[in-house]
Amino acid sequence: MLSPGIKRFELDAAEIARKALPGQFVVLRVNEEGERIPLTVADTMPDKGILVIVFQEAGKSTKLLGSLNEGDSILDLIGPLGRHSHIEKFGTVVCIGGGVGTPEIFPVARALKQSDNKVISIIGFRSQDLILMADEMKSVSDELIVATDDGSNGNKGFVTDMLKKVIDRGEKIDHVFAVGPVIMMKMVSKTSEPYKIPTVVSLNPIMLDATGMCGVCRVDVGGESKLACVDGPEFDGHKVDFDGLMARLRTYLPEEKLSLEQYEAAKPKGGCCGGKGGCCA
Amino acid sequence: MREQDPQVRARNFEEVPYGYTPEEAVEEAKRCLKCKKPSCVQGCPVNIDIPGFVGQIALGNFWEAMKVMKTTNTLPAICGRVCPQESQCEGSCVLAKKMEPVAIGNLERYIADWEAQQNECVMCEMKPRTGKKVAVVGAGPAGLTVASDCAKMGHSVAMFEALHKPGGVLVYGIPEFRLPKAIVEREVNFVRSMGVDLQLNYVVGKLKTLDDLLQEFDAVFVGTGAGKPSFMGIPGENCLGVYSANEYLTRSNLMKAYLFPRYDTPIVRGKRVATIGGGNVAMDSARTALRLGAEKSILIYRRSREEMPARTAEVHHAEQEGIEFNLLTNPVRYIADEKGWVKAVECLRMELGEPDASGRRRPVPVKGSEFQIPVDTVVVAIGNSPNPLIAQTTPGLETAKHGNVVADPKTGRTSKQGVFAGGDIVTGAATVILAMGAGRLAANSIDEYVRTGQW
Repeated sequence: MLSPGIKRFELDAAEIARKALPGQFVVLRVNEEGERIPLTVADTMPDKGILVIVFQEAGKSTKLLGSLNEGDSILDLIGPLGRHSHIEKFGTVVCIGGGVGTPEIFPVARALKQSDNKVISIIGFRSQDLILMADEMKSVSDELIVATDDGSNGNKGFVTDMLKKVIDRGEKIDHVFAVGPVIMMKMVSKTSEPYKIPTVVSLNPIMLDATGMCGVCRVDVGGESKLACVDGPEFDGHKVDFDGLMARLRTYLPEEKLSLEQYEAAKPKGGCCGGKGGCCA
Repeated sequence: MREQDPQVRARNFEEVPYGYTPEEAVEEAKRCLKCKKPSCVQGCPVNIDIPGFVGQIALGNFWEAMKVMKTTNTLPAICGRVCPQESQCEGSCVLAKKMEPVAIGNLERYIADWEAQQNECVMCEMKPRTGKKVAVVGAGPAGLTVASDCAKMGHSVAMFEALHKPGGVLVYGIPEFRLPKAIVEREVNFVRSMGVDLQLNYVVGKLKTLDDLLQEFDAVFVGTGAGKPSFMGIPGENCLGVYSANEYLTRSNLMKAYLFPRYDTPIVRGKRVATIGGGNVAMDSARTALRLGAEKSILIYRRSREEMPARTAEVHHAEQEGIEFNLLTNPVRYIADEKGWVKAVECLRMELGEPDASGRRRPVPVKGSEFQIPVDTVVVAIGNSPNPLIAQTTPGLETAKHGNVVADPKTGRTSKQGVFAGGDIVTGAATVILAMGAGRLAANSIDEYVRTGQW
């Protein structure tokens, strides 16, 4: 566990670990009844055959995944999917991670650093107790700014406020990469647009097969319909129709709520002992 | 063939026809005239020995009938259910001129289902091992045919499938009520029983490229299908509640969303569902909508009934079940409510003009005929284009305008040595049996190529 509700798993997946590049994702299925869950590749250890995923336990499927223990297995794993991040020497880049987007921006920041960019990283969380991967981000950044919405870490503000500050201090920024909640990526793009700083966002629409077959992840990019699973997931933030994406993400809210309620209701009460008593409160 | 009552079946996912009794099968088989030059065989893309297997059924020799069947077709339970027999074997049957043709499809299905109930199954004759290795990309109808044919010829076959279940369109596209998934599984297992190695969750082009495969295998067959959904590009297509048929059917079939919440993948259970299109996929979608609880399932098709590409049986079944047909009608935009959900589709009336490139009369809009149909769900079933992944990642593989892989229709050979292709990836969206036919031809030329090394 990295922070409340956010978990990091190492998967034994040698072939995918060898091929996956920053910005790509995998799809997994926990069991026969399970959904296909798309998750960004957070890291790879090709020599050990390990693929790292980080996810937030939000709905039934991610909670079910989170309930697995070390040594357990999942039914299906497919990847790497999507196009990888375009990494080159841009000059000075700002890497922005919001919440669970932080572990996803990490491999991108690291690759940019390795390509001799000056990396300024901005990561944002609701409050201090939710901060994650600050040390890792620091290790791949020339400068790291950690912001909290409530100011509990002493640096109050949204990532966009921090981006504005960095821009305002007069430094020339050549590229922005942002991963996080859709609203954050929208605001980041709005912040960088007047300065014409190319901004890459990594989109997380609803996906199904994630191989370009179903079209559910279509998103309007500059008036063209693009599939996030095969044309993305990274797109030009100044062209993405974020409002359309946010609306489509709400398609299954009632079903997601029902699934979660049933899952929570079916879980044994009282934790480890299943409510029988003796080992927990 | 006896069928479930339309009113009942429109609300369940059970298969529509019940299948023959043994007596009914024998009776039907006896109608075959045993023509000297059987035109039915010519009408079949994989040239099944139809008089041969029908003749054995007529004699009550079901085991023998199955033996005949499996020399040319390892997927009979599937073909019997999804082939457009009326334009193939049955359409070519000499009886068809005067009366009902022999129900070849039903007999094919019967004999395969009969075999499934026996304790053992008819094994194919396997040629001695050649030591040659063939990779098959895509475990759909074309790939399964190539895999089983090449295995029979003595080659080692490895099949790579991107999804978590084998079968391609047979598992993600065609619904349970038309092709039970247990049947697909059984026929795929039969192919595997011939020694075919199947790797699921394997995206060729991402994990290994075609060039990587050519290092390991003597030949590669590409049967990745027409998996990319087409949209019309009209306003409102990104509204909530607008599906591609691929998404709608994949949710329901592959992910079993019709069993939500027992299965985790959800699907919108619309009350007024419009399906756009006139092919088999459109019929499947409109009928799935009914089974998911739609009060009205409306089909919108821009041409007239005559031009509908769907199997006659499917159109008939859809009508019986109460699908409302809006023919000569074409959507022009979708209208959303304040939350972004589709609430109506605006259409234009059409009339038929001069024949177009397909030979069918071209639909022309009637000016000023706009009208709206209130809906809460839309399924766009206007076709699919080839999956671009392999072509994008394979230098030297020639493709045509729509991304189709260019392959010789007689041999399946592509522009790249050692690479063969067939099925929807070459032709664009067509039928299961045409893909199987292409697979059969490709398997024969793969055999020739790996034995001789001659390109």
